[in-house]
Amino acid sequence: MKTAETRRHPAWETLGRLLRHRMFAMGLCLFGIIVVAGVLAPVITSVDPTKLAMRFKFRPPSADFVFGTDNFGRSLWSRVIWGAQLSMMIGASVVLLNAVFGTLIGAVAGYFPRLDNVLMRLNDALMAFPAILLAIGITSVLGPSTVNVILALSIVYIPRTARIVRASVIVLREMEYVQAAVAAGAGHWRILRRHIMPNAMGPLIVQLSFLFAYAVLSEATLSFLGLGAVPPTPTWGNIMAEGRQYMTDSFWIITIPGVALMVTVLGLNLLGDGLRDVLDPRLRIQQ
Amino acid sequence: MSLLEVRNLTTAFQTGRGEINAIEDVSFSVEPGEILGIVGESGSGKSVTALTIMGLLPRPPARVAQGSVWFDGQELTGLAETRMERIRGKGISMVFQEPMTSLNPVLSIGEQVMETVRAHERVGPAEQRRRAIEMLDRVGIPSAAKRMGDFPHQLSGGQRQRVMLAIGLACRPRLLIADEPTTALDVTIQAQVLDLMMDLRDELGMAIIIITHNMGVIAETADRVLVMYAGRIVEQAPVQTVFDAPAHPYTRGLLGCVPTLEQDTRRLLAIPGSLPEPGLRPEGCRFAPRCELAIEACRAGLPPLESLAAGHDVACIRA
Amino acid sequence: MFGIFVRRFASALPIILIVSLMTFSLMHFIPGDPAAAMAGLSATPDMIIQLRHDLGLDEPFLTQLFTWYSGLLHGNLGRSILMGKPVMEVMLFRLPVTVALSAYALVITLVIGLVAGVFAALRHNSWVDQAAMVFSMLGISLPNFWLGLLMIIIFGVWLGWLPTGGYVAFSDDPVGWLRTSTMPAVSLALLQVGLLARITRSTMLEVLRQDYIRTARAKGLKWRVVVVKHALVNALIPITTVVGIIVSLSVSGSVVTESLFSIPGVGQLLTQGVLNRDYPLVQGGLLIVTTLLVFVNVLVDVSYALLDPRVRHENR
Repeated sequence: MKTAETRRHPAWETLGRLLRHRMFAMGLCLFGIIVVAGVLAPVITSVDPTKLAMRFKFRPPSADFVFGTDNFGRSLWSRVIWGAQLSMMIGASVVLLNAVFGTLIGAVAGYFPRLDNVLMRLNDALMAFPAILLAIGITSVLGPSTVNVILALSIVYIPRTARIVRASVIVLREMEYVQAAVAAGAGHWRILRRHIMPNAMGPLIVQLSFLFAYAVLSEATLSFLGLGAVPPTPTWGNIMAEGRQYMTDSFWIITIPGVALMVTVLGLNLLGDGLRDVLDPRLRIQQ
Repeated sequence: MSLLEVRNLTTAFQTGRGEINAIEDVSFSVEPGEILGIVGESGSGKSVTALTIMGLLPRPPARVAQGSVWFDGQELTGLAETRMERIRGKGISMVFQEPMTSLNPVLSIGEQVMETVRAHERVGPAEQRRRAIEMLDRVGIPSAAKRMGDFPHQLSGGQRQRVMLAIGLACRPRLLIADEPTTALDVTIQAQVLDLMMDLRDELGMAIIIITHNMGVIAETADRVLVMYAGRIVEQAPVQTVFDAPAHPYTRGLLGCVPTLEQDTRRLLAIPGSLPEPGLRPEGCRFAPRCELAIEACRAGLPPLESLAAGHDVACIRA
Repeated sequence: MFGIFVRRFASALPIILIVSLMTFSLMHFIPGDPAAAMAGLSATPDMIIQLRHDLGLDEPFLTQLFTWYSGLLHGNLGRSILMGKPVMEVMLFRLPVTVALSAYALVITLVIGLVAGVFAALRHNSWVDQAAMVFSMLGISLPNFWLGLLMIIIFGVWLGWLPTGGYVAFSDDPVGWLRTSTMPAVSLALLQVGLLARITRSTMLEVLRQDYIRTARAKGLKWRVVVVKHALVNALIPITTVVGIIVSLSVSGSVVTESLFSIPGVGQLLTQGVLNRDYPLVQGGLLIVTTLLVFVNVLVDVSYALLDPRVRHENR
């Protein structure tokens, strides 16, 4: 009894293992910087990111303008930080929608074999489209806006998330303790909620951390092509698109948001690798 | 001179808890045409001994910490990899215990036999093919010529082990090391494969080291027996002596639960307790904690391997 | 072998059917009047009515669906508003450019990705391994259009080694094609190189631990032969499945890369179509590209069976 009391809760155990994972800790730091910057955007920027100041245009990074200014004299510091907020918001929304609908579709398909066929055919078809191309097609139909980008990226990625959840559920469904619960007469939803989903969380969380990276990257691509949030709202993609014309002389305009984007994606990829090493039991066995 | 001489061999593994000796101070020799049985529980160091002779242990983490291996007058320990490649498959062959996973799934069995010939002898494709068919035929693959193009997954476990033997024998080696060659097979097939190995020994005049945990297999095949426990040799004697007058309590324990060919017991239930893990081995005689005859002196120091009679060595102060 | 091909091909057909239905429905999700949206702000009511009629949008839904599928059967994907030509014609004209670029990127990916992955696995935990994995991580984390921009500045503008954009067909001038395609292909391949190197490494590590590798060594085969003939061939089986994903990523990436380097391929055409609200062009382009990718995946499946005798016999 005593050992049970002194032993820490398994969740803490896992957290400890994650934090000792070098790549995970590094990823957490990188991603943390961007998240904090995005959240604190109103505090750490003093200049309106859309405020034009033509007399300050094309200033390179300096004491006055940490990240320099763009072709309209707007502060890149303000624009990149507010861009971070938008990127994080879009990434988080896509992840949330995937967590809800991807899990739902995947769980239903994995648990009810009769629905599996239909759902997976639709899934396969959606996954047959190249991701960015489908997102471009959807945003072009719906029109460029932040909400439409979130919608388009969710439609693109939910089938992929559903597939991963379905794979876990199919394995878990055959487990003895689940079969025992079925035999004991537990309802389908209760079995899914209490016995299957908690054990399918590992691969899902891993997928969602990578998904956050894809979402941020895809959003930047879409707004680079002019299909994201409408200017003057700053996004990393449209800052780079506007800076492209002036990139030979004022290369910082494209460099800085690019670095921010890279730091985010790198951080999330490291985070995802760490989570996979620690959380995904299938891979843990192999190592 | 002996065909194979192992002198004071110690193989160490680098682990998280420092370097640990998997085998220690192992010495023995094999004469041409002789069948030597090495027996012991799994984890006793039998396979590590074989793999060290073959130079097949991954380095790191493994390394030969002490001693040497001599084959046909040539020292193998420390030999350059390219020189070792010429000996493997030609001078010494090895057959492994897992017939299901030891064959390459994407190559035909014919190719897997032929490439052994190709690696060691300058002969044309037609001759390689003829040799492969001859060997497959010899190990008892029915209509071997037709089966050359078959893939491993199309064969039964017994047939795969026969193919493994054909690969091992393709270049008529002077020594064959068979590591639990029959463990994964069912009883009737076991006997067939063992008989086949004995026949081939007579026919090709090669020596065989047969590694097993099964005293029944030893009784059936071996001329001489080596008993290993926790990385060390505890007894060494002609097969008749081992069965008639075993000197080491561990050997007696092994015989107490003689698993015949028909009933194979992987765990030796007659001896209480279990093999100590490397790194957690006790001071003194390693068998002492499980030994009925153990006295205070047994725990004081490692008993040396001493000659009891001609050709009969034992490492026990109570013997 | 032919049987496998036919079977895999047949299993792809329902997917293509659903894909075509999805592309068809896409236009019906345009909020408000699609014809008005396409015609633009300066269009007169008459022009909008004319366009609606041209696109068949004044017909009942089922008639439109029927027209779409009977058109597909004849290889007719409608007319591009922007180009004033059949979508199929403009697409087929642009396709070779994108295929050439993707193929170039694929070659770069396969060569660098496989070599880096294999060497990292063979020198597990050495500096070679670490360096390869750091570069792979950067590869999958760098946005490819940003890398393209940086390459234009560095190699195109500052160093002046390669042209900053434009395209020369391979059939016209192979050297010119290499000069114009190298930067786009490299920036396009980076992500996939990272992916492939990581997967190759982990698969090779797995394969090198297998018993049959030990058998191959015990036969006295040269280490080089063990690695290539025994390890790599087995590792290629799981790696092959990734090739489908890699090709899909190349095509996805080419949309931005082509616009960036002014390469007149399908990607650039689609971007123009999207920006000009040329929906028939977007629809047709999406369908053609996706269908091609489905076929690429069929080929990948077939080569999977070619490599693995177990799959080959299972399908006999």
